[in-house]
Amino acid sequence: MRLSVDMIECEGRGICAEVLPDVIRLDDWGYPMIVRQVPPGLEDDAREAVRLCPRLALRLRR
Amino acid sequence: MRPASRPHANLADTTADRLPRLLPAYRGAGPLSLADHLDRYGPPPEIRGARTRDEVIGEVELAALAGRGGAGFPTARKLAAVAARRNAVVIGNGTEGEPVSAKDKVLMAQSPHLVLDGAAAAAGLVGATEAIVVAHAAVADLMAAAVAERRRARLERIRLSVVPAADAFVAGEASAVVHWLESRVPKPKSTPRRLSERGLHGRPTLVQNVETLAHLALITRYGAGWFRGVGTEREPGSMLVTLAGAVRVPGVYEVEIGTPIGAVLGLAGGAVGPLGGLLVGGYFGSWVDPALAVDLPLSSEGLGALGAGLGAGVLAALPADVCGLAEAARIARYLASESAGQCGPCVFGLDAIAGQLERLASGRGPDLVALRRWIGQVGRGRGACKHPDGTVAMVASALRTFSGEIDRHAAGWCCGVPGRTSALSPPYRPASPDPRMPRRWR
Repeated sequence: MRLSVDMIECEGRGICAEVLPDVIRLDDWGYPMIVRQVPPGLEDDAREAVRLCPRLALRLRR
Repeated sequence: MRPASRPHANLADTTADRLPRLLPAYRGAGPLSLADHLDRYGPPPEIRGARTRDEVIGEVELAALAGRGGAGFPTARKLAAVAARRNAVVIGNGTEGEPVSAKDKVLMAQSPHLVLDGAAAAAGLVGATEAIVVAHAAVADLMAAAVAERRRARLERIRLSVVPAADAFVAGEASAVVHWLESRVPKPKSTPRRLSERGLHGRPTLVQNVETLAHLALITRYGAGWFRGVGTEREPGSMLVTLAGAVRVPGVYEVEIGTPIGAVLGLAGGAVGPLGGLLVGGYFGSWVDPALAVDLPLSSEGLGALGAGLGAGVLAALPADVCGLAEAARIARYLASESAGQCGPCVFGLDAIAGQLERLASGRGPDLVALRRWIGQVGRGRGACKHPDGTVAMVASALRTFSGEIDRHAAGWCCGVPGRTSALSPPYRPASPDPRMPRRWR
């Protein structure tokens, strides 16, 4: 599974990086950087991160 | 359609290896009238029926035509993707927001009908009944007049129109052009689906640079074999280049792809003096060392050796007595100010990067560690468009090419505060005397 961020919608709230610290890091301004694909075992966390994004800016694709 | 068995007499006589192909043979001619255009190139072939379309798209693939707007995407693949769908629309992109590039304006100002032929041919190839050319404001009236000329001659089977482009750097990005046409907002959009699937008002959309369309018009007339008569095996054809900065006769020239860069600069009379850097591609491009570049062929392959690309066909020469870091800082600041303001990394990142580059260029103790970290963070395909990526690539190339200057500058040596005036802004005299050309290109 791959995560992607709609950077126009994203406001850098940072919840995704809290839920998925191994996959998402924040840059110096607090915007998410996807540093790798979702590894096996973290799929549920990835779905949770998508669900919790207050801007609905995080997407998950197979 | 079988491509015309032999080119139209006039161009056939001037054999395939003769340039120019796109621009009028005699410079300073002003826009070529429809009659002169048809006299030079012959009538455009009709493209009808799905089989004919597939054949011609196959011909474009054989020609290996690549987009001339900056990304260099294979045109045949774009055509095929849109042709597979119904209710398509074609957009000819003549926005040319790149400040140092003039080739699309000059092409439209001199050969408007070749661009329009290409737009009509593209429409035929993807089954569209409508083509819209978004033209830089300087040439929009002239293009509209050419469309009217064609209408009077009852040349067109499709609806052809011209819309003046927005005047902003990112306005030429494909999704921004669509956005501009839809709602007069010249900003890129988040496009979860490709424009070839869902573009203008949800319709499958082909967005193609106007120079690409002009080449397409010639391929549909004369075929891939003719097109490949110049250029390299991998990158056939000719291309328009804007030669700017410290060359004797800045302007737009048509060259064979693969011509040594030194010879290309020679078309503009060569450099006016020793050069300190060469900006290749445009503001989005790369700084390279002129000494390393002059013997390389002007092609994606040749420039790839220096980590650069063709971009929008710009070669801008920086005099040796102008600081490359200061020039790069000025461009970075310009690009930061041209952000559409939509994506965080672009808004904050480019401003921060430009700020550190300005500190570096003016000897005010930059934080080079932070600068390099931000370059790594911002240029990773994170924006809705490639504006941050292109800017960061330009900055990184400046740090590479002017690396010898960095230590001296970081130690406080200052060779001049980056100003608003660019050493790359050409005292430019284009071939066209058209008063509607923007002042800086006249």
